[in-house]
Amino acid sequence: MSEPLLETRTLVKSFGALKATDNVSIDLRPGEIHAVIGPNGAGKSTLIEQICGGLVPDAGQVFLEGRDVSAWRTQARARAGLARTFQISALCMEDSVLENALLGAIGAMGASWRFWSGALTRPELRERAEAALERVGLEDEHDTQCASLSHGERRQLEVGMALTLAPRVLVMDEPMAGIGAGGSKKLTELLDSLRETAPILLVEHDMDAVFALADRISVLVYGKVIATGSAQEIRTSRAVREAYLGQEA
Amino acid sequence: MIVNERAINALVIAGLVGLPLWALVMDEPFTITLVTRAVILALAAAGLNIILGFGGMVSFGHAVFFGIGGYTMGILAYHAQTYTALDLGAFTTGGTKSMPLIWLAAMGLSAIVALFIGLLSLRTSGVYFIMITLAFGQMFYYFAISWAQYGGEDGLSIYVRNDFPGLNTLQPIQFFAICFALLCIVLFVKARLTASPFGLALNAARQSGARVETAGLSPLRLKLLAFVISGAITGLAGALFADLNRFVSPSMFSWQLSGELIVLIIIGGVGRLMGPVIGACVYVALEHVLGGITEFWHVYLGLILLSIVLFARGGLIGLLTGKEGAHV
Amino acid sequence: MPSLLIIEQILNGLQFGVMLFLMAAGLTLIFGVMGLINLAHGSLYMVGAFAAAAVAGATGSFFLGLVAALVAAAFAGAIVEIVVIRRLYKAAHLDQVLATFALILIFSEGTRWVFGSFPLFLDIPDAISGPVTLPGGIEYPLYRLVLIGIGLAVAVGLWALIERTRIGIQIRAGENDREMIAALGIDISKLYTLVFALGAALAGLAGALVGAIQSVQVGMGEPVLILAFVVIVIGGIGSIRGAFVGALLVGLTDTLGGVFLPELFKLFMEAGAAQRSGSAIASMGIYILMGLVLVWRPTGLFGARA
Repeated sequence: MSEPLLETRTLVKSFGALKATDNVSIDLRPGEIHAVIGPNGAGKSTLIEQICGGLVPDAGQVFLEGRDVSAWRTQARARAGLARTFQISALCMEDSVLENALLGAIGAMGASWRFWSGALTRPELRERAEAALERVGLEDEHDTQCASLSHGERRQLEVGMALTLAPRVLVMDEPMAGIGAGGSKKLTELLDSLRETAPILLVEHDMDAVFALADRISVLVYGKVIATGSAQEIRTSRAVREAYLGQEA
Repeated sequence: MIVNERAINALVIAGLVGLPLWALVMDEPFTITLVTRAVILALAAAGLNIILGFGGMVSFGHAVFFGIGGYTMGILAYHAQTYTALDLGAFTTGGTKSMPLIWLAAMGLSAIVALFIGLLSLRTSGVYFIMITLAFGQMFYYFAISWAQYGGEDGLSIYVRNDFPGLNTLQPIQFFAICFALLCIVLFVKARLTASPFGLALNAARQSGARVETAGLSPLRLKLLAFVISGAITGLAGALFADLNRFVSPSMFSWQLSGELIVLIIIGGVGRLMGPVIGACVYVALEHVLGGITEFWHVYLGLILLSIVLFARGGLIGLLTGKEGAHV
Repeated sequence: MPSLLIIEQILNGLQFGVMLFLMAAGLTLIFGVMGLINLAHGSLYMVGAFAAAAVAGATGSFFLGLVAALVAAAFAGAIVEIVVIRRLYKAAHLDQVLATFALILIFSEGTRWVFGSFPLFLDIPDAISGPVTLPGGIEYPLYRLVLIGIGLAVAVGLWALIERTRIGIQIRAGENDREMIAALGIDISKLYTLVFALGAALAGLAGALVGAIQSVQVGMGEPVLILAFVVIVIGGIGSIRGAFVGALLVGLTDTLGGVFLPELFKLFMEAGAAQRSGSAIASMGIYILMGLVLVWRPTGLFGARA
């Protein structure tokens, strides 16, 4: 078994009396898509924030390629290859698609302290941004303003921006949320093709997508991982059935 | 009415060159001084626009840097004209009357102060940021008032305008040329900066801090650097302004001045390269024309400003080109 | 340092502090409920002072002057809210700053137009002027004690209004959840006008009360306004309790610093230099205080955690 690229060990995070994350230990191995599912309020977003550096856990650690990154800021984790997409698209709406993609390239290549040359004219930045946009199927939308993209296209751009970082690990917060069936199918195919580029930790509500994509699934309920396993194991797990359907199931 | 933005910009530059030349021929030095004033205010506002328009930081205390520039000029020239020593702790200097040296000192000092104010105030955002920058402005204002050694409330007069190698700065047109050249340089640098990777990242930080972090960049560092550059440019403008009037006083630190710098940008249009220039020209023209009609011209300025905020979000350029500016 | 002087300066600081509180309470309430930063709050302070001076001058009654200050400031506040401010609630902070900056220009120059540039004076009525002797033998101006009393009374009154009345419940609901309050069927635009007028009336009252110990002139409001900003930055924006604590801190720091710092510096400097540097540093004292609070707590002492 290969070493995990991303791993959490006994993460704990409480808000007052509420334990949003309760001893969560999960990992992500090369080449896989590991889905995290669970009912609303199970603590999925809190978990993602702790992995990406937006929230400081009360206890436990986060490891990226074997290094303890628990004390690192978001931007340091990003530079180390941890790329994420947001549940609610956090794009620069006034800017063009290409400019958004360039932002990732600038971050990845440490170019933000270049003041004189044009961002759009530097070939190495541009190549990286264009390659990522082509990968997500937005190569014809370079000059489109983000605000006028469709919901599905914004999702594609989110993924594209993550790819400009040349990520070692992808963390995606509900990429399917709010897009129609057609867009969902397209995005599922895209994510399917990405697993060899970088493994994906996928938090998702869309069960069709989860069961189509995930190599492993973890179920999070009240901040606890109650089961981890293949799609088949999760489908037949008694604990999962109880959690989702109540005791009588 | 839809006009090309480039055409407006070219027209403004042409006017800024043409009007003083015309005044020179007609022998109306006051007009040249008036245009010089507009150019210097444009420079100060151009500095502010780097953080306000592109970085989304509403600094209501930019007079701090204007005043620091002014006092740097005043203090250096004062020691030079009185042949007294200025003890700076580490070393002693006799002051200087050389403009380039004064500019360097003004920009350097403004940058250092901007670093400190920025470090403190950028810990916050939104309304806190506005109020804190305003408060820092007031702090410097009261400090200048209580600084008896350099004139306190009365300010400091400089008898002769400072020197620039090879030029006679006492000639209004030559001093204008210096100021105009500096404005052009700053605008050119700003245009490059805006299009650079740094500019793109700064613009992104205004729109979505979380996104910038996720791209591996620190929004705080981007904003802090922009704040420092912005402060240095406004400081340079302050030194020129003091040289124009041959006088510095605490009013260069006043909150009204900070407000007026923002107003200039808004009149012209936020986040546009030429916005501050157009704003400054319109402002000085209003001041001159309305001020000639009534002593209470600020009432009309207030009404005009109110209408711009409520009805013309993109400023004058936005009105003429039919495009809104950046959202702050 | 005689202890009598210390007590006297502490009372001066308290008096300054409670007057700042009257300004800061309105500002913080308006920000908390409507999310609006109002630079023109200082103009309402000025309106109160001018109304008091004009009415007291015409009738000879200080009390009528105070009533006029409250009414005029509240009225001006309500008009401004209805004509301009309510278009700004959803606008960006920059627009709010600019529009209210424009209002300052209009108010200030308009007042200069009507009343001229010379300061007016407001006389303290005989009954509350002159010194009183406090326990311990301190002679202290009665009027300043009255100001402290009024300030504390307003603080208690505001607390009772917000904690104990229907209006208070609505105001607190407005601070927590704007959609909720509309859903409860409360007329939100009326509530906003009311809160704005209340804040304005407090500012006007402060202007009139302070106008009697300083002069009443155009531009008197803005220095106080900026101090009130410092107060609410220290106390935490939106918190009345924070405004109270912040106001007293600022009032005491400013007053005591101005007196004691030069004295302190004299311990290790020659007198003239100590006086100069002491008062220069004291003039920055409250801003240094603000800086320290911000380093410690970026959202102020009682502000919501970010």
